[in-house]
Amino acid sequence: MDGLGIIVSAAGFGFVFGLAARTSGHYSVLEAMAMSLIAFGGAAQFAAVGYIATGVAWPAIVVLTALLNARHVLYSAALAPWFRGRSFAERAVAAHLLTDESFALSIAHFRRVGRFDPVGYWFPAIVTTLVPWNLATFAGVTIGDAIVQPQRLGIDVIFPAAMIGLAVGLVTGRRELVAAVVGAAVAVGVSLAISPTIGVIAGGLVGPAIGLLVPAAAAHETAPLGTPASAGHYGMPRASRDDDAP
Amino acid sequence: MTTDLVPLAVLMFLVTYPSRAIGLLAPGIERLPRRALEYLQLVGPAVLAALAAVSIMVGTSGGRPVFTIGLPWLSVAACLALVAWRRNLFVGLAAAVAIAIAGRALGFA
Repeated sequence: MDGLGIIVSAAGFGFVFGLAARTSGHYSVLEAMAMSLIAFGGAAQFAAVGYIATGVAWPAIVVLTALLNARHVLYSAALAPWFRGRSFAERAVAAHLLTDESFALSIAHFRRVGRFDPVGYWFPAIVTTLVPWNLATFAGVTIGDAIVQPQRLGIDVIFPAAMIGLAVGLVTGRRELVAAVVGAAVAVGVSLAISPTIGVIAGGLVGPAIGLLVPAAAAHETAPLGTPASAGHYGMPRASRDDDAP
Repeated sequence: MTTDLVPLAVLMFLVTYPSRAIGLLAPGIERLPRRALEYLQLVGPAVLAALAAVSIMVGTSGGRPVFTIGLPWLSVAACLALVAWRRNLFVGLAAAVAIAIAGRALGFA
């Protein structure tokens, strides 16, 4: 069901991107699809529509894209232990498909089952994100005009709602809760003071650091005993835990 | 059909891919100390919550970021509550969209 929710989210968001690209008057169908297939970076794609429309130079767009997507470093590092032992080619392809959505769904799944599960990564990466995102981009850029005001359909709230829903799915104890709350607060504060791009990265860096200040024992108390959540709480992949064992 | 922006898409890929790949492809990163791994486990909730909060609380006015309050707060809060309660993202998203549609039909921003 979470996958279904992400399909709705990716489709809605992708549709609005396609529509925005079309209404900007600067994108052909091919160019919009190239963005969704090659760049495959939701927020950066939206930003690029605005930058191009206002005549921002390409180098600046490229730098801003790098900043917007810098948070993926954190995702990539968090997933790395689970991908241990997988082939270089598989990890290289997986990297291109790493998004907010595929990260959240796959790491929640890995933590539930306590190991890497190929379907647990490739299904959310391809079926629930890549495919609906691109199909919806195509629909938006070709027939998007039929929907005059996407806001009236609530499409604009899908992304933040999906992000908070995915965050809730990853909160299994006080540490995660503190990390999420602090991350959000820092992100908003820094966004208002500097820029939203920097704010999200700052929240992603500071939130976990503060979350770690919650004593492990106190944090563990909140994990429902006897569930995979308690067994895998703060869990690293089993292989890592085994390595640490005396 | 123009293709002028295709090279830009490639450039955007070239600067995005390294951030996506560095953790997955850098040798030995999975052998980080336990404390670092615990830190990384908390990245997901923090970044996702940050994205949601910034999306609904930060707008722009005159090119500057400004604090905003509006109907999306209610939509996102409803989604948060429903997902926490039912552990079902789809239901949460459906409620968020329904609230946005109903609210705007009633004239709320």
